Amino acid sequence: MSSTTNPSTQHTSTIGAIGAPSRRNTELALLVFAVVIPVFAYANVGLALDGEMPTGLLSYGLGLGLMAGVGHLAVRKFAPYADPLLLPLATLLNGIGLVAIWRLDQSKRLQASSTFVEAAPRQLMYSALGVALFMAVLFFLKDHRVLQRYTYISMVGALVLLLLPLVPGLGHNVFGARIWIKIPGLGTLQPGEFAKIVLAVFFAGYLMVKRDALALASRRFMGLYLPRGRDLGPIIVVWIISILILVFETDLGTSLLFFGMFVIMLYVATERTSWIVFGLLMSAVGAVGVASFEPHIQTRVQAWLDPMREFELSRAGVSDGIVHSEQAMQALWAFGSGGTLGSGWGQGHSDLIGFAANSDFILATFGEEIGLAGVMALLLLYALIVERGVRTSLAARDPFGKLLAIGLSGAFALQVFVVAGGVMGLIPLTGMTMPFLAYGGSSVIANWALIGILLRISDTARRPAPAPATNPDAEMTQVVRP
Amino acid sequence: MSELTLTVMRLGFLAVLWLFVIVAVQVIRSDLFGTRVTQRGSRRDAGRPQQAARQAPPQQRQQSGGGGRRGRNTPTKLVVTEGTLTGTTVALQGQTITLGRAHDSTIVLDDDYASSRHARIYPDRDGQWIVEDLGSTNGTYLDRTRLTTPTPISLGAPIRIGKTVIELRK
Repeated sequence: MSSTTNPSTQHTSTIGAIGAPSRRNTELALLVFAVVIPVFAYANVGLALDGEMPTGLLSYGLGLGLMAGVGHLAVRKFAPYADPLLLPLATLLNGIGLVAIWRLDQSKRLQASSTFVEAAPRQLMYSALGVALFMAVLFFLKDHRVLQRYTYISMVGALVLLLLPLVPGLGHNVFGARIWIKIPGLGTLQPGEFAKIVLAVFFAGYLMVKRDALALASRRFMGLYLPRGRDLGPIIVVWIISILILVFETDLGTSLLFFGMFVIMLYVATERTSWIVFGLLMSAVGAVGVASFEPHIQTRVQAWLDPMREFELSRAGVSDGIVHSEQAMQALWAFGSGGTLGSGWGQGHSDLIGFAANSDFILATFGEEIGLAGVMALLLLYALIVERGVRTSLAARDPFGKLLAIGLSGAFALQVFVVAGGVMGLIPLTGMTMPFLAYGGSSVIANWALIGILLRISDTARRPAPAPATNPDAEMTQVVRP
Repeated sequence: MSELTLTVMRLGFLAVLWLFVIVAVQVIRSDLFGTRVTQRGSRRDAGRPQQAARQAPPQQRQQSGGGGRRGRNTPTKLVVTEGTLTGTTVALQGQTITLGRAHDSTIVLDDDYASSRHARIYPDRDGQWIVEDLGSTNGTYLDRTRLTTPTPISLGAPIRIGKTVIELRK
């Protein structure tokens, strides 16, 4: 960094530059903190449930610590100037998520159900895979601008990933939403989570080239810049695709995520508010339109408008061709019984939610056991991740990196909003997972990769500029002395 | 497990979680690195700017490495005497000082008449400070003459760039 002056401040000042510090030791200290907090929570759950320290405490703590440590070493080696906060924040969320999943594993009610599997060991494995992918991203992606070459391949890749669940025999329908694929012998995968990242690459590469046309060619009308008809092409194509996702995969969350991400990136690329207005209008039209004929979405909207009625219908065993769900109401009760400070780890009854208690509804467990104070802290942790992403985007020097960072952090923020809003009853519930917290292999792995890419961009952005090459003419310059 | 212990742990966990959030925010605050601006009064302890990126050509660095030769007429600072930056000083420690509208200049001129890389001021082999116009549009003036070649600066001679006037002082 070199020095600059600020003309508006004190006029009797000396100016000097401070080199960009690498902040790796800060990251290490925060990481230790981020490993200690979940271990503390883990011990707390054991003490509350059985009155003794849980037997797996040491191996769990070591596992999480090892993951964090290896991740940290990779950052030190391959991205020494990267943002110091992203890795600790992700580690903390992942660690606390593991504790909550393990705590739900201990529930007698859930253990009695026919579909019960020990989720925590699997989630730990997925997290390790995620950190491995995170390191692979740092190792193989030496410069994020390489991704720019694959703009249109990314588009094809993202479309394939999005359409995979619709392929007969491969697609796997879970409770109405077709967003999984089944790989024989390996289990199920949610390709949409990966499509999120690939699509961000495509949007960034595409908008970087086209943003001038989209921003400049417009007419001003009632304070808004109206784009030309033909410039509406891309947004309409993305809109149609997201509507198709909504219709065929019946997943409101994925559809909203992709369209929202495109609108955010379009806005950032062109600085035109009109795109936001168009985006909101189009998504409202699309959502209302599809909800008017798709029964699965209608149920979700019903459960959102009147969760108590759905609960009663489900209890009464009404079968009118629609799956009535008790979950939305139960999640609200969980939040309510948690109150401000929560019931304490292991002392809530969020396991009553039953199915998907540890994935889509994991936030309800937090709401009950660590209360409003805890959930607010968790949401702040998410907000900090998004903030670091936006900060990275501001600091990035190349437009592709800027757009990619804003797209990834925008998608992350939208996902948190869609899931948290759904569980809390602010918007209709969708089948997405809370990044890092919830049980789900695809989600954890994809989000670790996302953090990896953000770290790579922030490393490039924060790296001190190389010393300027000495001017070859400097030696030749003759000084004229009077 | 007693009720008290669990209550303490419950509140303790929330406290630790919030502490993490606060520490993280503190890290963000301390992460806002960039320019260090020190008041003139306390310049002695903090006035050693670390010129990380802006390195002088090799022969100049050699000289500044040994602390430079301090003659009687060696200027120690550069002072802006007119223009929007009036009062700003930059300690002279053997480094090249660049002036212009480019944001990575040592002194960023907010002046319509300045070019983005307008001029530079550097010490030559003997520790004499030289001003050189870097092909600016509106020119750099030493006293009243427009610079065409790198020219040594005497103490107190006004260097004029647009509306900004700079002097070297002891």
